[in-house]
Amino acid sequence: MSTALLHTGTHEKKAVLSKKKLLPYWLLAPGIIWLVIFFLVPIYQLISTSTQTQGYGIGTYVQTYRFANFIDAITSSKAQLIRSFEYAFLATLFALIISYPLAYAVAFKSGRWKNTLLVLIVAPFFCSFLLRTVAWEQILGEQGLVIKVLRFAHILGAQDHLTATPFAVVAGLTYNFLPFMTLPLYASLERIDIRMMEASGDLYANALTTFRKVTVPLSMPGVVAGTLLTFIPAAGDYINAELLGNPGTKMIGNVIEARYLEIVDYPGAAALSLILMVTILILVMAYVKRAGTEELV
Amino acid sequence: MNQLTRWFSRNLIRIYAFLGFTYLFLPIIYTFVFSFNNSTKSNLVWVGFTWNNWLNPCGAPDVCNALGNSLKIGVLATFFATLLGTLMAFAMGRYAFRGRSIVNILIFLPMATPEIVMGASLLTMFISFGFNPGFWTIVIAHVMFCISFVVVTVKARIASLDPRLEQAAMDLYADERQTFRRVTLPLVAPGIAAAALLAFSLSFDDFIITNFNSGDVNTFPKFVYISAQRGLPPQANVIGSSMFLIALIIVLFGQFVGRRRAGVR
Repeated sequence: MSTALLHTGTHEKKAVLSKKKLLPYWLLAPGIIWLVIFFLVPIYQLISTSTQTQGYGIGTYVQTYRFANFIDAITSSKAQLIRSFEYAFLATLFALIISYPLAYAVAFKSGRWKNTLLVLIVAPFFCSFLLRTVAWEQILGEQGLVIKVLRFAHILGAQDHLTATPFAVVAGLTYNFLPFMTLPLYASLERIDIRMMEASGDLYANALTTFRKVTVPLSMPGVVAGTLLTFIPAAGDYINAELLGNPGTKMIGNVIEARYLEIVDYPGAAALSLILMVTILILVMAYVKRAGTEELV
Repeated sequence: MNQLTRWFSRNLIRIYAFLGFTYLFLPIIYTFVFSFNNSTKSNLVWVGFTWNNWLNPCGAPDVCNALGNSLKIGVLATFFATLLGTLMAFAMGRYAFRGRSIVNILIFLPMATPEIVMGASLLTMFISFGFNPGFWTIVIAHVMFCISFVVVTVKARIASLDPRLEQAAMDLYADERQTFRRVTLPLVAPGIAAAALLAFSLSFDDFIITNFNSGDVNTFPKFVYISAQRGLPPQANVIGSSMFLIALIIVLFGQFVGRRRAGVR
């Protein structure tokens, strides 16, 4: 076989080469086709729906290029839009504060338990997202233990609640997307060469300075990836607001869901979806540019 | 006193990690404990201990139908997403080609798009093409959002491979196909397995995109969401707990096998 290859002429070699050049495209084709048909085309449909107006009968719409749909959408749902980004920001911040020491402990202080602890961080993922949220609803709820203890200790009055509050929604968001923060943080911390920290110590930096000047900068890729992976789903989520919140904590996801599935106002819902998506993309790009990470995927 | 504060500051990070893990596991422990609750209507207050829910996990109406749909969708979506994603990962990880950055963006975009936007836009498309949402639209949607995660996971594994291993195989007169089959593929396999597990858990757990594109087909997360309004039957806790335990066993077993194989080498 190999000797046969040696004797092949340049003509055939070229054929082999061009066949090889096409190979990556053949490998990519099925996946790309899938993503184009079921991701890009729908986004295009969403864009085209967003400027339509009501036709004859409920649920029928005609294209009128009414860009005022966007202004209507923003003015009618401004509060929920701002609230979504506020909650997502807070949840991301809390997740970062909770995750960093956790990832640090697993990466540097866990010894031979490292792999087991890593599995335990991912493990909550395996118990349904909704079940966990319902569990929180019940743990913090009126029949739960937490509220009774807090009331007994007079930290909360008889009229105070834990569920159906903004606090509960942010706590739920923080909890549900925590592994998305911890895993990238762990991955970037784990990659740090311990000798870097030792060198910093040898150069008379104390533990805090070493952490601030060596560990944190070197873990930045993990911080960027983790905050993005937490912020994006949190901003679009509506389950936590639905199960743990009250009508005053509705997020943009709740509005979009209701407009789609209950009110059947497709153009308005499409306009809001696009506003959400574009805002997130702009924020992500600005953030990534500032943080200076190039490789996203 | 001084000793106590010293012990505290030395073990601060461990105490913190312990609290962190408690926080992570609290709702799971709660779900597990309440799967043994002898409640008839809503599973809110502890009534008494019973094995009945575990002996009869399909006792609540519709719960096993929803679970069956979720499992079927999960397996199908995992299969197609892992297949398509792995092929893409090989192209991205092994070849230089024109249009690479565009492909990169196309892979990144679904991960940067909120689920509600993807769910809503897919539904818009299905409706405008006169496609009735149901079982297969859920599978299509799940494959779509799982592909990117598979590509990223498998690509990371391919990037971490030592190229000298493949060169060695070529030096030992293995042709390209043999090298791929006997060296590259076995080395990438753990990455593919991890990607498949990730895809399955993403699919099994998805609610938002599913809720938009499911029509009247019930899935397990949808069942939980709907029945949460009037009180969840303890059977849901049984199913959640057993999925959790099964997944944990699979992952720990995989680690065990990986460690043994590493030890043999």
